[in-house]
Amino acid sequence: MSIKGVQGLQPQAGLEMHLMPFPRQGTFSTGKSLWHYTQGFGQKRHLMFVYIVKRTLLMIPILLGITVLSFGVMRLAPGGPAEAQMEFSAKASAEARERLRKLYGADQPFYKQYATWLKKFMTLDFGEAFADGRKVKDKIIERLPITLTINILSLGLVLLIAIPIGIMSATRQYSLLDRFTTIFVFIGFSTPSFWLALLLIYLLGVQWGVVPISGIHSLDVTGLTVWGRVMDEANHLVLPVFVSAVGGLAGFSRYMRNNMLEVMRQDYIRTARAKGLPERTVIYKHALRNALMPVITILGLSLPGIIGGSVIMETVFGIPGMGQLLYQAVFSRDYNVAMGILVPAAFLTLLGNFFADIAYAFTDPRVRLK
Amino acid sequence: MMANAESFTSRTIHYLMKNKLAVTGGILVLLVFVLSILAPWIAPYNPAAIDIKNILVGPSFSHILGTDDLGRDVFSRMLWGGRISLEVGFVAVGIATVIGVILGAIAGYYGGWVDSIIMRAVDIMLSIPTIFLVLAVIAILEPSIINIMIVIGLTGWMEPARLIRAEFISLKEREFVIAAHALGAMDVRIILKHILPNGLSPILVSATMGIGGAILVESALSFLGLGVQPPTPSWGSLLSSGKDNIEIAWWLSAFPGLAILVTVLGYNLLGEGIRDALDPRQQE
Repeated sequence: MSIKGVQGLQPQAGLEMHLMPFPRQGTFSTGKSLWHYTQGFGQKRHLMFVYIVKRTLLMIPILLGITVLSFGVMRLAPGGPAEAQMEFSAKASAEARERLRKLYGADQPFYKQYATWLKKFMTLDFGEAFADGRKVKDKIIERLPITLTINILSLGLVLLIAIPIGIMSATRQYSLLDRFTTIFVFIGFSTPSFWLALLLIYLLGVQWGVVPISGIHSLDVTGLTVWGRVMDEANHLVLPVFVSAVGGLAGFSRYMRNNMLEVMRQDYIRTARAKGLPERTVIYKHALRNALMPVITILGLSLPGIIGGSVIMETVFGIPGMGQLLYQAVFSRDYNVAMGILVPAAFLTLLGNFFADIAYAFTDPRVRLK
Repeated sequence: MMANAESFTSRTIHYLMKNKLAVTGGILVLLVFVLSILAPWIAPYNPAAIDIKNILVGPSFSHILGTDDLGRDVFSRMLWGGRISLEVGFVAVGIATVIGVILGAIAGYYGGWVDSIIMRAVDIMLSIPTIFLVLAVIAILEPSIINIMIVIGLTGWMEPARLIRAEFISLKEREFVIAAHALGAMDVRIILKHILPNGLSPILVSATMGIGGAILVESALSFLGLGVQPPTPSWGSLLSSGKDNIEIAWWLSAFPGLAILVTVLGYNLLGEGIRDALDPRQQE
């Protein structure tokens, strides 16, 4: 079973070459999971352990590669702190420049700079922002909750709606519902999210005044109670969460539908039906479990997106979150902030991929054998 | 069955034509393409013509889709913006496909440690969410059309690489390859002349949908101000001025976005149609 169109680490692409006759989850009419099957087979649990260790070890060179890449890019880029400050003062003498460079450690050889930077980074000391000199860590921490809220809510909404729609589309293939959702999905794929946001802002915000159109607080927040403030913030979040969700909804329900269809074509589903099991049991107990596996993968892959994937939404809605911070950092070439966001994001992506792979290996034993 | 008497290509095209959604997509693609090519002749105004007396005028007889904040005609700007979007889309996807095919072919054909290295590179690149990568690179290079094309190309080669690699892995063991090898053909020749022509069909799907994706990324970048720079018109930057004037000029937000939607939708429908037409299950 392949994961079509999913960006991210595919567990051992090409594993079709290594098929072994292990039964997959769902073959057992008792519906017990694979874990029960492995109970009596110490060998297989050992394989699982080996797989986890292998994947962990593989992560390390990738992580190092990312840090070296980011650091190299940062140092090579024009507009470092010393240059930025000196651009405005043409009278800066050569000695002053040298002093500034020494201050920023820019006169050290590359690997020393890299080592210093890496050490600081590991202790979460991302340096100071060029813009206002505040610690990057502080800036990130103060914006993190908002972004997390929006993205998690959005993800939750997507899962809540897309999974049932995907199942229904698959079980009633070619029906009116299926056709309608297919068209909706394609339009959703192709819509630029910022355009949809603008449209909704205009219709709901400007014309009908239903929802506020920017920021996360209204101007007169101080007079409200705690509950009042919560409701106010929720009000501001409705549109961003909804628009973020629409983008993911289209893709995800399509994905869910395709997976369900592929699972339902399998022999063991036919067996289950032939045994006379009620259709509901067939779908929810056997088909769904296999089709749900890629969901775990998607969840793992969404991890980095939760942190900063809402750059565009935050810009459009004026929400002071991580995405907006990253955008501003990029615009003003504030490398400390930019790297402080990007490198942990890359790390989180790896982590998400890692968990998705482990979960996948847990349920599909063929993967571990590679 | 009579079906075997026709060639694979003509059968695929036949299936494609029967797919109503794919045909719709194809028509949309063609429409946008033609309009963009003919832009210099059909655009009623010069897209850069500033007209201070007509700032932010709504859709009217003289300006069908209204004017923007500098009095420039929106319709003309959209036509010319279409050229930019299509340009970026095609070149970016071209770059991504070429890089991806080369790397994927090498990885698939030679296998072993070469394969491992290339796949690790793919994993590293995929580790970082696209937006971040693109933002980071644009931060370093200045925003310009060429840079955007390069960036989008450099962030999109992974998918064609994977596809080609899978194709190569499966085609490598076929008899015609073994035969060519036995006849003493050089590796490069085998790759280019024998395996590659047979393995290109998934690339067609990937490229078509990739164009849609590239257009979305370019317009997002331009919207954020990190893409095509003014005064060059781009659908994304039109939307950006739309956002700034949302309360008084809805047309500036509505129409450019609609253009993006229609274009990307066309490519996506076409791509999905090609994917279905190429599906081996069509043999049933």
